[in-house]
Amino acid sequence: MLKLEARPQPSGFWRIASPLLALVLTVVIGVVLFLALGKDPVQGLKVFFWEPIRSAYALGELVVKATPLLIIALGLALCFRSNVWNIGAEGQYVMGAVFATGVALMADKASSPWVMVPLVLLAGVLGGMVWAGLTAFLRDRFHANEILVSLMLVYVAIMVLGYLVYGPWKDPLGYNFPQTKTFEAATQIPRLFKGSRINMGVFLALLGVLLLWVFLFRTRAGWAQQIGGLAPHAARYAGFSSSRAIWLALLVSGGAAGLAGALEVAGPIGQLTPYIPVGYGFAAIIVAFVGRLHPAGMVFSAVLMSMFYIGGELAQSRLGLPKSLTGVFQGLLLFSLLACDVLMNYRLRWVPKRVEVA
Amino acid sequence: MSPVPLLSLKGIRKQYPAVLANDNISLDVMPGQIHAILGENGAGKSTLMKIIFGAVQPDAGDIRFNGQAVTVRNPQQARELGISMVFQHFSLFDTLSVAQNVWLGLDKSLSLAEVTQRICDKAVVYGLDIEPERPVHTLSVGEMQRVEIIRALLCEPRLLILDEPTSVLTPQAVDKLFDVLRQLVAEGCSILYISHKLHEIRALCTHCTVLRAGRVSGTCIPSEETNASLSQMMIGSEPPALNPKVSQPGAVVLEVRQLQLSRQDPFGMNLSPMDLHVRQGEIVGIAGVSGNGQRELLYALSGEDTRAPADSIRLLGQAVGSQGPTQRRALGLHFVPDERLGRGAVPSLSLVHNLLLTRSDAINGVGWIDMNALKTQAESIINRYQVKAGGAHALAQSLSGGNLQKYIVGREIDAAPKLLIVSQPTWGVDVGASAQIRGALLALRDAGCAVLVVSEELDELFELSDRMHVIAQGRLSPSINRADAHVALIGSWMSGLWNQPAGKVN
Repeated sequence: MLKLEARPQPSGFWRIASPLLALVLTVVIGVVLFLALGKDPVQGLKVFFWEPIRSAYALGELVVKATPLLIIALGLALCFRSNVWNIGAEGQYVMGAVFATGVALMADKASSPWVMVPLVLLAGVLGGMVWAGLTAFLRDRFHANEILVSLMLVYVAIMVLGYLVYGPWKDPLGYNFPQTKTFEAATQIPRLFKGSRINMGVFLALLGVLLLWVFLFRTRAGWAQQIGGLAPHAARYAGFSSSRAIWLALLVSGGAAGLAGALEVAGPIGQLTPYIPVGYGFAAIIVAFVGRLHPAGMVFSAVLMSMFYIGGELAQSRLGLPKSLTGVFQGLLLFSLLACDVLMNYRLRWVPKRVEVA
Repeated sequence: MSPVPLLSLKGIRKQYPAVLANDNISLDVMPGQIHAILGENGAGKSTLMKIIFGAVQPDAGDIRFNGQAVTVRNPQQARELGISMVFQHFSLFDTLSVAQNVWLGLDKSLSLAEVTQRICDKAVVYGLDIEPERPVHTLSVGEMQRVEIIRALLCEPRLLILDEPTSVLTPQAVDKLFDVLRQLVAEGCSILYISHKLHEIRALCTHCTVLRAGRVSGTCIPSEETNASLSQMMIGSEPPALNPKVSQPGAVVLEVRQLQLSRQDPFGMNLSPMDLHVRQGEIVGIAGVSGNGQRELLYALSGEDTRAPADSIRLLGQAVGSQGPTQRRALGLHFVPDERLGRGAVPSLSLVHNLLLTRSDAINGVGWIDMNALKTQAESIINRYQVKAGGAHALAQSLSGGNLQKYIVGREIDAAPKLLIVSQPTWGVDVGASAQIRGALLALRDAGCAVLVVSEELDELFELSDRMHVIAQGRLSPSINRADAHVALIGSWMSGLWNQPAGKVN
């Protein structure tokens, strides 16, 4: 029979191999899923794994979706490494979009992009920080569970968004659609190429990768931040403040999610609509874990999750399958990864049936 | 016809990535034998015991139990065979109660209430003081060990393995434990006894197998050996004799005045107002059985608990009672806690990274870590204190207890502290390393540092201290010079009886 045998040390090989095996498993289960839905699995896989990288434009779309995922995941990785479980990045993302919109709507024809773009982005960061700060305050002051608080605040944020776009911020010339007016050109995040929606947000994301790597692995503050997650008693012994770690983790991840929200409304979308929350904040949790909470690893996982988003949309238009296939694939990947991670700490062994001893 | 050995090992071999832990080890344990396993840190004792107990699988070799070849796949199976083990590193779940922890390892047909009752019964029989409802995280090291011992006894073992069982017991409790063990042996149980305390092995054990660097380096009958001959077999040479000079205490470094604290957890100990001072160039020892307020006192002194009034703790004249560990460290207070894994060191990080817990020499002005400087620093500590490790990048959890302790003590001494507080400096550390650590503490004292040692080992305190206090029931005794103290007096003080003349105590 097959047996799991504990490894003396976590395997370095499986640390990298486990996400890859998880991806293979996801594809295999995906094939079964397409067959069960009565679709050609080759077509299905093509939609998910080939279409998104087929042309320059498709690649651009891949990056457009991977950017917010990566930015949010970077913040979450810091949180999770600090043993702070921020599940509410979606809400922080929405509040970032709302704050950014607040600034963007103040622009007029005479505004300069050199002033407006940074202001819009800063407002987004601030919005996300405020929202995550609520969680940090409740956790630090009242020991409220940050998982519940941050998750519940997602729904509050969506309510706030709904109130604004159906109420005070509704475009008077918008035929009563629940959305703000289209932002002035001065607030638009500069695009990098003609014919593609990639904007400078991708540079911010890559800069974030670098900053997070340096902070986590080369600064004392970043090192101290992670000790609370690894060994709380050692952190207390060393004198690292746990409330400082909570605030830093939540403010950074909230700020990152808020930035992603600002980049989205002032970038590809160009206005605030009720359809801002598309689950990036939740998908980024998967991005963070599949990327091993490592800045470089998350670049790859963000691209992968972005493929699933695009694949889901294409599956809807090309194959007539529900868009929720995106969520199914995301979930498959996460669960496969959790299963494969067992191999990091255990090795699989075939052992003959054990001889019973008298 | 010679009787069949209860346990027989032949050619046991275990290779770990960095080290060959066991190399061709053979030994026989006869029924009713108390068999000692003696060896330095890293000699392979713990690995061998884990193999017998099924927690680790050997690469080669045969195990026979009661004459039958067996493969012990896991501890569950070992218990079914009748093998129980008390580990040196406790395997208890912090969040569960004592009774729940014991219940986990037992026959599932029993209810929790029945288990609780059985714990109480065993506790009475063997005189082990225990409260079954208490959550394990509230227990001191000594109390956790009692739980482990009771858990092992509840399985009614035929072979009981004890790894450093007496480290945290009072002399009286050690005697009691020995009575228990002898009683078990009289009932036909065999015992494998791992200890660094040579006199204990000589007093208790009937046979002894000595390990050195993963191999059997000798077998003997302990009662026919001397401490010197035993330790020679173990380390190949006699441990350096300590020759403490009379201290020349200087200015007061630590002054505790009327420190009083209420407990933070319901099973803790309230600290009654206590006074204490430590001067430059002296070692002050605090004796006492664990769970009598040591934990609370040390938390308050190290700065991990900042509830004390600021001026109840003064460091070099500064009121630091409400300051955290970082500020106190900046003033020159360094602390070695008794929990090595998880408090004194982060188990999943390397020795290099573990420096950063208390040392910031390799950090430049803007908080940037100089990885090369850090590695050099770690290597120098490893070399100076002869830490056996697979290099500076070895994970803290991969070191044996004694080697990790040497590293942590080295890390704090290397910081050139003005006041060093050490809790249980040589708990579970072998003779050679203990002598080394104690020697380092004495050298530190001679260099003018103030040292406060909290320990449950009287031998150690008598060897190190210039003055001693005793802590009992959250109260601290007056100080007594080592020259005036003797074991019987300190023993009676441990019961809180320091207000009566020693002669009247029995």
